[in-house]
Amino acid sequence: MSATADAPLPAPSLLARLSQPRTLILLLALMWIPLVIYVMFGHMFEDSRDYVLIPAVPATLLLYVLAMRAWWESKIAVIGATLVFFWMFIAVVVPFLPLIDPNQPIAPFTLPFSEKKDIFFWLGTDFKGRDMLSRALWGCQRVIVWGVTATLVAYIVGTAFGLIAGYLGGWWDEIISFLANILLSFPVMVLFILILNYLGQSGFNIVIAVTFASAPAVMRIVRGLALDIKSRDYVFAAQTRGEHPIWIMVVELLPNVRGPIIVDACLRLGYTTVAITTLTFLGLGLQPPDPDWGLMIKEAANTALIFKFSYMLIVPALSVSSLILGFNLMADGLREMSLRD
Amino acid sequence: MVKLILRRLGQMVLIMAVVSFVLFLVFDSDKFKKQIAVNELGGFGLQTLTEQEYQDWLSSKGLDVPFYTRYLDWVGNVLQGDFGFSFEKNTEVGPLLAERLINTGILAFWVFALMIPIALTLGVIAGMKEGSAQDRSVSFISVLTTSMPEIATAIFLTVIFALGLGWLPAKSAMTQGFDWRQLVLPVATLVLYDFGYVARMTRASMAEVMTSQYIRTAILKGIPYRRVIMRHALRNALIAPFTVIVLQLNWLLSGVVVVEVFFQYNGFGKMLLDAALFGDIYVIQAGTLAAVFVAVFSQIISDVGYTLLNPRIRFS
Repeated sequence: MSATADAPLPAPSLLARLSQPRTLILLLALMWIPLVIYVMFGHMFEDSRDYVLIPAVPATLLLYVLAMRAWWESKIAVIGATLVFFWMFIAVVVPFLPLIDPNQPIAPFTLPFSEKKDIFFWLGTDFKGRDMLSRALWGCQRVIVWGVTATLVAYIVGTAFGLIAGYLGGWWDEIISFLANILLSFPVMVLFILILNYLGQSGFNIVIAVTFASAPAVMRIVRGLALDIKSRDYVFAAQTRGEHPIWIMVVELLPNVRGPIIVDACLRLGYTTVAITTLTFLGLGLQPPDPDWGLMIKEAANTALIFKFSYMLIVPALSVSSLILGFNLMADGLREMSLRD
Repeated sequence: MVKLILRRLGQMVLIMAVVSFVLFLVFDSDKFKKQIAVNELGGFGLQTLTEQEYQDWLSSKGLDVPFYTRYLDWVGNVLQGDFGFSFEKNTEVGPLLAERLINTGILAFWVFALMIPIALTLGVIAGMKEGSAQDRSVSFISVLTTSMPEIATAIFLTVIFALGLGWLPAKSAMTQGFDWRQLVLPVATLVLYDFGYVARMTRASMAEVMTSQYIRTAILKGIPYRRVIMRHALRNALIAPFTVIVLQLNWLLSGVVVVEVFFQYNGFGKMLLDAALFGDIYVIQAGTLAAVFVAVFSQIISDVGYTLLNPRIRFS
């Protein structure tokens, strides 16, 4: 990304100036924080809830333009980013779209492309008569918000422990690595089931469960990178200056482990999306009645296992697959580009 | 070598001891005892009990004893091969676990029997000529299939082959005894999700080998291309995929939960989920320990196998 920003242009264009890391972080925050507030704390705002999302709309569009511009050379990354940003954009604008209330029962078992009660249903309705199109579009919000938040927290925790284990070494390394080994020896789904069963079923607990499951793997990657970087001259220089270990970890080590982590993060976003959908399907994740892809699959699998009504299963399954495909293609494209540099 | 294996086995025992202790500690809370009571007596039934009757119920289940005594008893029993009693299924945990593990084992056997040849063949074909049309199409298919979560793959397969064409049953509960037709969709789901990852690993390993000096020498010497691939490249290219394949065992124990629940196949994953939702602590304990055992054991096999297969590590 920064490669294009550093291009020796006489007068950097507006887009080039926007591609600087600081503005990118600002734009990401502008897109992300409103979504988090809307989904996690939206009930506090009541009527003014939708206005929270307004700053996120231009931020999302601008980020998409910047991503296209930076990744144009890799077709895979472009396709991936388009899929991911499609759902991001839907998540941000869905309250402003002319959709039927996703929780309102109207006409049960209406087939796609048919009309009932003077309403045309593009994707039909589910067993309670709720509009499938509306539910599928609304469903992306919870998956994206909880999935990305969980991955982010897992990365912060994993990176912190990885830096400590790698840089400080000794007992710190022994203890952290042993704990990570214990957690890594669980099959992931077993760990999810145990943790969510213990803590109870909610979005915040999914964040905790994903952190327990993903942070050890992140920790290992960061630890390895930190062990490698630790012996570089600039770290010795900082040590000689008498900098505090925490300062060295954050200022000297962290920026240098960033590259490999970003690619891994894209892949892990995919895993987390799978995990959240699967957990909701198993009845351990987010709770009804708000629309959610895993929940839609669960309800349809229990009520309408007939070919005529298979659209109820296919719509959420295609939605979740396209989002995960987007994350995976983005990771592939980014890896390809990082290898080329 | 022996030292390495012994050290890893020691680690495994330590990990299993820590895990089982933590689980006992966690499931000792009042909340969980209440959960078992609600599931067994019904929420309404529980409310009608007096405190004394509740305590009696707890002691009839052996739940009133402090957890460390229960833990020590349990460890003693496990060492004698007794895994305790299932509250939900009202049977011994040992036979239940064995039965479910065998069912999942059948599933896993077919998944590996199909996945390994498919993934290795595709991976080798793709890695032989990096960037060719066959490489691109294999990579595309692998990304596509691994991007579909098991639940989505299960849905697509069910809708097409069970609901649409009617060739196969949609559920795999095997109530009428063993039926291979009910095994097809769960196995296909797991294979489709998993083969892409192994194929990509094989492809990467093969592509790396193909650029090495000795392959170039072999080709320049005029050895037929087919023989270069079969005799020189394959041997070295298949070392890395071996470890990946063994580690898929660990992954399979995760993936199997959702597939078994979706197809209602009575395997290990479904047992563990049911037990967790019920609060059936001895089943959870036994299931978790079995899962951790399989995971760590496959790790050991993969490490040992890698060392044996790779002469550069073996002799250094």
